[in-house]
Order: sequence, then C-alpha cells, then structure tokens
Amino acid sequence: MYTMTIAQAREKIARGEISSVELVQSVLARIDAVEDRTKAYLALDREGALAAAEEADRKGGDGPLHGIPLSVKDVFCTKNLPTTCGSKMLAGFIPPYDATVIERLSDAGAIMLGKVAMDEFAMGSTSENCAFQVPENPWKPGYVTGGSSGGSAAAVAAEECFASLGSDTGGSIRQPASLCGIVGMKPTYGRVSRYGLVAFASSLDQVGPLTKDVRDCALMMNVIAGHDPRDSTSIVRDVPDYTTMLTEGLQRMRIGVPREYFGHGLDPEVEGAVRDGIAMLADAGAEIVDVTLPHTEYCVAVYYLIAPAEASSNLSRFDGVRFGHRDMDADSLIDMYRSSRSQGFGDEVKRRILIGTYALSAGYYDAYYKKASQVRTLIRDDFTRAFEQCDLLVSPVTPTPAWKIGEKSDDPLALYLSDILTISANLAGIPALSVPCGISKKGLPIGMQMQAAHFNEGTLLKAAWNLERRNGLNKQKPTLP
Amino acid sequence: MKIDKENVKRVARLARLELSDEETATMTRQLDTILQYVAKLDELDTSDVAVTTHPQDAVNTFRPDETRPSLPRDKALAASPLQNGEAFVVPRVI
Repeated sequence: MYTMTIAQAREKIARGEISSVELVQSVLARIDAVEDRTKAYLALDREGALAAAEEADRKGGDGPLHGIPLSVKDVFCTKNLPTTCGSKMLAGFIPPYDATVIERLSDAGAIMLGKVAMDEFAMGSTSENCAFQVPENPWKPGYVTGGSSGGSAAAVAAEECFASLGSDTGGSIRQPASLCGIVGMKPTYGRVSRYGLVAFASSLDQVGPLTKDVRDCALMMNVIAGHDPRDSTSIVRDVPDYTTMLTEGLQRMRIGVPREYFGHGLDPEVEGAVRDGIAMLADAGAEIVDVTLPHTEYCVAVYYLIAPAEASSNLSRFDGVRFGHRDMDADSLIDMYRSSRSQGFGDEVKRRILIGTYALSAGYYDAYYKKASQVRTLIRDDFTRAFEQCDLLVSPVTPTPAWKIGEKSDDPLALYLSDILTISANLAGIPALSVPCGISKKGLPIGMQMQAAHFNEGTLLKAAWNLERRNGLNKQKPTLP
Repeated sequence: MKIDKENVKRVARLARLELSDEETATMTRQLDTILQYVAKLDELDTSDVAVTTHPQDAVNTFRPDETRPSLPRDKALAASPLQNGEAFVVPRVI
C-alpha cells in the first residue's frame, strides 16, 4: 500500500477498500525496512500516528488528505513532537503550538508520522549539517540527499511517507527533490503561511510540498496555500484548485530556456536529460524560446550576503533564555549568551551568523548588504523582462546529480556555488518546482527546474504534469531492501 | 576588503559567539574566501538602482488592535532551560 500516491490512496479510502490504519501500518513497516539505509526520520510518532488513523477511520471524513500519513521537515513547530531544526541548540524542544501549515494538514485529515532530517537551521545543500544524523540518498548508498530538506526528499523517494513538507530559502525543496528523483515545489513568496516555521532568512523563506508525483503536489498545494492572519507576509488572494490545471497539451504555452543556466560546470548528462525534457515539452505543443537572465552570475554573491544577514538577526533569538540549549555554568548574562550559542550551533550556522553580522556591521553595511539588495533588484528585473517573452522558464535544478557524502564538505564556497540555479527564484520571490527528467548512468536522478511569474504555480504544475506523463519517471523508483 | 583574525573576533563578539583560536583561524580563512567572492558585485554600477528588501510589493498589513487569547504562562515557560513558574530566570545582570 505504501507505494501508492496520495491521490490513489485517498480514492481507496473513500471507497472503503482500505482503512487509514492499514495505510499507516504499511508505511510504518516500510520505515522499519528501509530507515537504517535512508536515516530520514529524526522523530517517529508510531502511537500518535496509529491513534490518529484509528480516529480517522472511526469518524470518517472527506478532507482532501483524509487518513493519509505524511512527514514534515523538522523546521515546523509541532505541538506534541520535538522540533530541533537539526540543531543541538533545540535538542528536546517541544513547541507550545502548531505551525499554520501543520494545522492545515491536520484539518485536511492528514496523519502526522513524524519529523525528518535537515541541515541545521536549513543551512546547507546536502543535509550533512544535521547535528543528529545524515540522511542518505535512497538511489545510492553513501550519496547525499541534497538539502536542506534532505530528510523530506529521502522519506518521499523511499516511500516512508506519502508526501512531506519542506522549506526553501535558496533551493532547499527543489534541490533535494531533484537529487532524490521526486517532485518539489517552492511556491510564490507569500502564497503559504510561515507562522510556526522557524525563520532562516525572512525575505526568502517559503514553505512547500515534496511529493511522489505532480498531482500530489497540486493536492498538497490546495491544502497549504492561502492567507493566514498570523503571517503578515502571506498574501490575501484566492487559491485555485491546482488539480484543474493538470490537463493534456501545452498549446499556446511559451517556454523560455535561459542561456545562462546552461553554462560552465554543467554536467553533460544533466544537460542532456534537461534537453530531452525540453523536447518532450515541445512535443506537447509548447513553443520553445531562448531568453536571457543576464545577472544570473551575481545571484550566489547576492544570496550569500542577504541570507546570512537575515539569519544573523533571526538566530539572535537562540540565547538560552526562553527555549533551547543553555550553558548552566555561565555566571554572567553575556557569558551565558555566548557560551550557550557557541555550544549549541554547528560550524555552518556560526559561519553564516559571522558573515551576516559582518555584512550588517557599521562601516560595511553599504558595501555588502545594501549593494546586494540593489543587485537583487537587477535580478528581479531580469525575470520581469523574461516573463514578457514566455510563460515559464526551464533549466536544470543542480549542475550535477548527487555526490558522495563528505565530498564537498570542506569547501563552503564550492557548495554555495552549486546553488546557482535555484537561488534566483527566492531572490525574485517567484514560484519554481523540480520534476524528474532523467536518471544518470550511475543510477542517480536528474531534475528539471521550472520557474514562473508570481502566483503562476498552476502553469508550473501543468507543464510538469505534461512532462511526467511523457517520461513516466514518476513510476521509476529506487531499489531498496 | 581583507578580513583578518581581529575582524573575525570583533564580529564574533557582536554576534555573541565565542570562537577557539583554531575556529578563529578556520573562519578567518573561509570568510576571506567568501568575501573575496562576493566582491564580484562591485563589477556592477548600482548607483541608480533601488534596493529590494522584500520580494512582494506588499506594504505593512495591520490587524485590528483587539485583545485575543494568548499562550498561557505555564505553556510559554515550559520550554525554558530555567524558570520559576512566574518568569524566565537568567544570571544576575546588576
């Protein structure tokens, strides 16, 4: 049963052919079989999930996720489950409230299985910065899942849940989705509430789904999208039924291929798979046009100033007073702040706090933060111009398929540069997704990124669904014990 | 701009972080590489470019100033490493 999609499982539950308890039991057995290999879950709530499933079966219901077991990245506050953000700083922390998206999943009838691994405070591209365990790519032992939502991607790809929620600040949903061969969407900035999401970089963070196929992505978006009075950055705007966008044919759709996204350092196998995908989109009726995003080469520099600057401010809340780790031996307040933070945070988090604090400090603000915020405008304008010529931009998600754990962990800048294709969508606030478009000779998945203008998630889903129908990669699954 | 160990120590103090000598040396080297890379932005003349601080054009949104239920005190205190049932407890400041 665990191999079904949400749409399939939902239908079987509605027809009374299976129960939610059976579904949860099937997924729990799957977790027992493969979790040693994937190391996706930081916290698994077996009893809670089974009890919720029993209640769902007893009460019945017609919620769009009624009886469906899901996992969420450990970055969302969950009332009864530990929320660590992959950091020693929050080891054992149990929040007093649920994030809005957790409430929405629950109101839709979903069953919460547990919390999955991530890079500490969502800072990283491999999930190796998780303080507790490093998840592994279900497609190949010893390979990274990508990050920071690596646990979510691994759990969905290994079918240890029907779908997962992640957060994406510079590619943290799309990149692991691509490296693990599943669908992942970063919605428009403001489309989904962030109340209860532990903040990393507030002008960039967005919540989104990781799913087994495009239809499930649309189903999840139907549930999580919409205004929330508790998040003043969420936008008041109607939410369409995204599943109605999944229709055959791409006639009258213009698809732009940004030339800067096919540059130096792109693995030929990745390029080949993406070009094959573009040909399928053309077969589906889309018109393919060349476009340019001239400031692409500056996006990594802009991002690695703005994101750390905002992070240095957001992470000041971890001071050992209200929650999280505290050095009980410190005898002055300042020493207590300093030693608690130094003991609680890992290296990458410290590195980014230092960069951010430096970029915002007196004398450097104009040269770094202000300059980056101006170049951000140029990057945003590039997209505005591109979307005058096309409805959608397609490209690779990452320059290479997944790599070995440990391979790039000593060189922060090299790792930052691997984010070059995903960062711009966050800087511009536009929606983007990753959908499988190939498998490398080594057996590692390759994803295609699609980006659209603000609030055009439906266009992304329509194009991705047409690609998926043609390449059938949603049916290819990793070989696991 | 070259970042040296003294800069890193000063920034660490501002950020309320404590670094060992070894950490300071590693961070100095890594921050220097990163800051040299981001200096790439100087290639662009941005004197007439407005800043983007927020990806949407939304302005401040307000809710009515009405009292609503808030977190009960025991729940708000529950996750604290040290509290006395009424308040968070910290080392003495004065």
